[in-house]
Amino acid sequence: MRAYLPDYELKIPATLSEALRLLSDEPGTWRPFAGGTDLMVLLEAGKLAHKRFVSLWSLPELRGIEISDNHVTIGAMTTYSQVQRHDVLRAEFPLLGEAASLTGAIAIQNRGTLGGNIANASPAADSLPALLVYEAELELISASGARVVSYNTFHTGYKTSVMREDELIRAIRLPRTTAGWRQHLRKVGTRKAQAISKVCIAAMAKLDGVTISDIRLAYGSVAPTPVRATKTEATLKGRKLDSATIQTARTELLNELKPIDDIRSTADYRSQVAANLLVGFLNGLN
Amino acid sequence: MTKKISVSFTVNGEPKTAHVWPMARLLDVLREELQLTGTKEGCGEGECGACSVIVDGELVNSCLIPAAQVAGANVRTIEGVADGERLNAVQQAFIECGGAQCGICTPGMVLAAVSLLERIPQPTEADIRNGLAGNLCRCTGYMKIFDSVVKACLGTHAPPRAERDD
Amino acid sequence: MQKPNVGQSVFRKEAADKVTGRAQYVDDLTFPDMLHGVTVRSPIARGRLRGVQFGDGIPWHEFTIVTAQDIKDIPGTNCVALILEDQPYLASDTINHPEEPILLLAHRDKYLLEEARRAIAFDIEPLPAIFTIEDSLNQTETIWGKDNSFKTFLIEKGDVDAAWAHADFIVEGEYETGAQEQLYIEPNGMIAIANREEGVTVWGSMQCPYYVHKALIKLFGLPPEKIRVVQAVTGGGFGGKEEYPSVIAGHAALLAWKAGKPVKLIYDRAEDMAATTKRHPSKTRIRTAVGKDGKLLATEIDFTIDGGAYATLSSVVLSRGTIHAAGPYNWPNVRVRSRAVATNHPPHGAFRGFGAPQSIFAMERHLNQVAQTVGLSPEELRRRNFLKPGETTSTGQVIHEKIDLSSLLDRALKLSDYHTKKTRFAELNAISSTEKKGIGFATFMHGAGFTGSGEVYLSSVVGVEATETGKVRVLTSNTEIGQGSFTIFSQIAADALGIDFSQVEIAQPDTANVPNSGPTVASRTTMIVGKLVESAALGLRQTLVNSGLLGERYSAAEFAEACRQHIAKHGELKSFSKYEPPPGVHWDDEKYQGEAYGTYAWAVYVAEVTVDLTTYETRVDDFIALQEVGKVINPVLAAGQIEGGVAQAIGYALYENVVWREGRMINNQMTNYIMPTSADVPPIRVYFEELPYAYGPSGAKGIGELPMDGPAPAILNAIEDAIGQPVNEIPLIPETLMQMMTTGGGND
Repeated sequence: MRAYLPDYELKIPATLSEALRLLSDEPGTWRPFAGGTDLMVLLEAGKLAHKRFVSLWSLPELRGIEISDNHVTIGAMTTYSQVQRHDVLRAEFPLLGEAASLTGAIAIQNRGTLGGNIANASPAADSLPALLVYEAELELISASGARVVSYNTFHTGYKTSVMREDELIRAIRLPRTTAGWRQHLRKVGTRKAQAISKVCIAAMAKLDGVTISDIRLAYGSVAPTPVRATKTEATLKGRKLDSATIQTARTELLNELKPIDDIRSTADYRSQVAANLLVGFLNGLN
Repeated sequence: MTKKISVSFTVNGEPKTAHVWPMARLLDVLREELQLTGTKEGCGEGECGACSVIVDGELVNSCLIPAAQVAGANVRTIEGVADGERLNAVQQAFIECGGAQCGICTPGMVLAAVSLLERIPQPTEADIRNGLAGNLCRCTGYMKIFDSVVKACLGTHAPPRAERDD
Repeated sequence: MQKPNVGQSVFRKEAADKVTGRAQYVDDLTFPDMLHGVTVRSPIARGRLRGVQFGDGIPWHEFTIVTAQDIKDIPGTNCVALILEDQPYLASDTINHPEEPILLLAHRDKYLLEEARRAIAFDIEPLPAIFTIEDSLNQTETIWGKDNSFKTFLIEKGDVDAAWAHADFIVEGEYETGAQEQLYIEPNGMIAIANREEGVTVWGSMQCPYYVHKALIKLFGLPPEKIRVVQAVTGGGFGGKEEYPSVIAGHAALLAWKAGKPVKLIYDRAEDMAATTKRHPSKTRIRTAVGKDGKLLATEIDFTIDGGAYATLSSVVLSRGTIHAAGPYNWPNVRVRSRAVATNHPPHGAFRGFGAPQSIFAMERHLNQVAQTVGLSPEELRRRNFLKPGETTSTGQVIHEKIDLSSLLDRALKLSDYHTKKTRFAELNAISSTEKKGIGFATFMHGAGFTGSGEVYLSSVVGVEATETGKVRVLTSNTEIGQGSFTIFSQIAADALGIDFSQVEIAQPDTANVPNSGPTVASRTTMIVGKLVESAALGLRQTLVNSGLLGERYSAAEFAEACRQHIAKHGELKSFSKYEPPPGVHWDDEKYQGEAYGTYAWAVYVAEVTVDLTTYETRVDDFIALQEVGKVINPVLAAGQIEGGVAQAIGYALYENVVWREGRMINNQMTNYIMPTSADVPPIRVYFEELPYAYGPSGAKGIGELPMDGPAPAILNAIEDAIGQPVNEIPLIPETLMQMMTTGGGND
């Protein structure tokens, strides 16, 4: 443990309003702390720059999965294990459970939360590409009120977002519109389990005969944030699914994505494999 | 500078209170405050699983849990797996099948296996591989650990992996 | 009399302590008034140390601070005693690698200690550094000695130069292996108590208590009896705790000496990975002459390893790699030229296999290229050239064992269903555009025990001591690090004495109580030390028989009574045994000729792989490890050794990539240095054949290192079978494989 622990505070608020008050009274002083699976790693390495945290882990208002006619609403503190166990999520949003099952291993899945994963905003986070293709919405809450933002516009850059310092993610809302879509997720990690993603695809497509009537493609680990490949989607939309289309899409994707080298992989590998994953998905639609 | 806090929780069925920094790792609280040194540190970043414990029925990495978050929790460590001198079936199987070599991953591995069998009493090979994937072992190549888990849930001898020319 | 223990899967002696969490590793120990220690290290690879700045806001007066200057105040020497005396405990002037220790700190509060470590800055004038074998050989900078060379060897057999002219084919290749981290799950650590009156005592995680003992004698300039080294339960070693613990023990002891208090110095994972030793990276060039009948005529092997900044064990690692380079083949003409060179990496060191996995990788890949050139299958080429009894190795050692490598190969291929699969995979590969499957194998041997005259120099001693209750204690300095040595020794002693396994105890290695039976390395513990345990135990039994207290057959009670009476009459009942080399073993250290090892274990490993063409990931689907290892003393423990070694070697082949920047490992986290998990390993199917070795206990040979040698070449041979393209470097991570496959060529 390399951190100087006496410098760190972790408040356990009794209620959500107490947590929100802490965040709003002195904006920027307190930051949310969820399951700890990312922040504790930084702490251990002596690299957790912020010192004062408020724990959201046990707040009941941030837990639970609610089903309405149009949405599934997932409390921000829902763990990856809970995501995997939920019947409606499994049936309608299988990519989310699949991504959750590929995040770390059991002990991480029991503690890591969906809200924490979003707020931590790692470009390599496994569940985020799935949220992008599901066109999730986020309920943000603060002492001064609540608002809903589209997840697709949430991240503004590497570890930055539209969320204010006094706000929390209360829940993730998934529109129940996946009927008729073909869904696909593949994570390429450094090994089979307990791995950080080198490139990850989440994809959905709607076919009208042999024509791609609609398509959504999202990638992790290829940009400063998880991204939708909108140009490639546009190229594919309305096109006949054949080898020429697949080749065009592949070329477009290679133009669209600009990944980087890091200690886990190379830009070249990420580009080529991202393109191969797209081809794999499209071939699988036939 | 923050203040130390008193955290009360249950460890292996016994109520305990520790006076610690709020961000102190559960791992250090167990090892240093409660002298429960069976929980090991292998990496400090939730990767190796040597520090695995069961909190409120779920397997977690104790190096990733701050003390303040375990107030009121029910914690089970390796010291609480055996029933007095009577070993848990998983522990007995690890002895008989050669599941422990150097032993440093063993407490975490045993807890991961106990937790797995509580969730899935009759696991498939894939269940076992996934259930233990967060617990790294550098000695065994995992084969004897798989044998141990199979034996623990079947209560029979796992098929021997080594054949000899007798 | 008891039924025999040897040959039975007796349960591990200390298993109950390990499965219950009762086993005490070094970090589980505390002493009253104990301080914590840390090491402050060089941030750069090479330079001149000008000064140290102690930052503001730290109560420095509360800290114990040790620099190289403090070592001058004790009678000892600032050097880590091993083979050469080039490595300081603390750098005083020249910095030779990143993470080189410069200063030590101790304090009661380990959190404050980290603040203090961060507050120290060194003023270092940078010097140009070198990080590659090429730069070292070219002497881009001369950083060690006169030519950057730690050691060179030359093995000559026959007349290589005359052979090229008669060759139908000449095959050349280059092969490369990377560094590998041992990654024992328990990081290194030591606790020391040290003062003028009592001398120095250390407890810690280690393989070789007497190495630490020797190093502390030199560091403190104290007589041997004033230094005591005690092994705590050790959470894995694999070579990584062979030589480096001497450094940590010295550091902890220096702090304890100055503080006047016990000091605990435990590395965290990041420090352990960045600062301690790894497997030597290597480059091998092989040029081979072969006839069109597939007869191997000559080989010239050029083998180079990167030793890092100090000599440490590189010369010995090089030696083993050199001797194993030609493999289990009957070469009429061989030349092996090898060198260990200096770079500004942290020193590379011992790791299971000790140089052999590197050179064996090269030869086993190379022979597949040779087979292809000649137009033979890989198995047929090997079959035509295997060493047979009466033939000689590259060092001229005559094989006396009745080893039949052809039938070992046949059995391995049968067990793996090699031929059927090879045909089926070729069919599948012809139609699949998403994945390719392949199967490959490697054949190899590994010498057990120290090389050449090593065991004679070591002159190991083992003791066996009986108590009045008929319990027997085995006294050795060989450590239990997970491999099962305490169990094996107990089985051997119990059988030699005709008593129950439970009546045998193994003394925890403690230099105050056990004789020096040598280090726990080199696959020597069971074979060499186990044999000494056997003979010391037989000696004790003979003492009782000779004194008339024990008959030829006896019960447990009679044995206990005999011990009681003997002790009552003569005092303590102990028997010691000292190593004697087997007859007919000759070794010429100058010419590198003769009996390099008392015996070899022989093996054929077969790997089956799938290469995913979407991601360039390679998955090992099945693995067969067949080996001849002499008598198997404990089948479960032996299989456990093989399985563990194979898994490590799968990591070596496919996953474990040390990423270097300016000589420093930058992926020094378990998150970013990738070892196999339970989801990544194939079924590892282990089979033994047993040809008893006359000079091992009950006929046993050493097996610890063997499983590290074969998997990497077997896997790469399988990958070549899958993709139809040679790949000659490891780790073969997907990024590298993609580059090779998309640019259409390997590295040769």
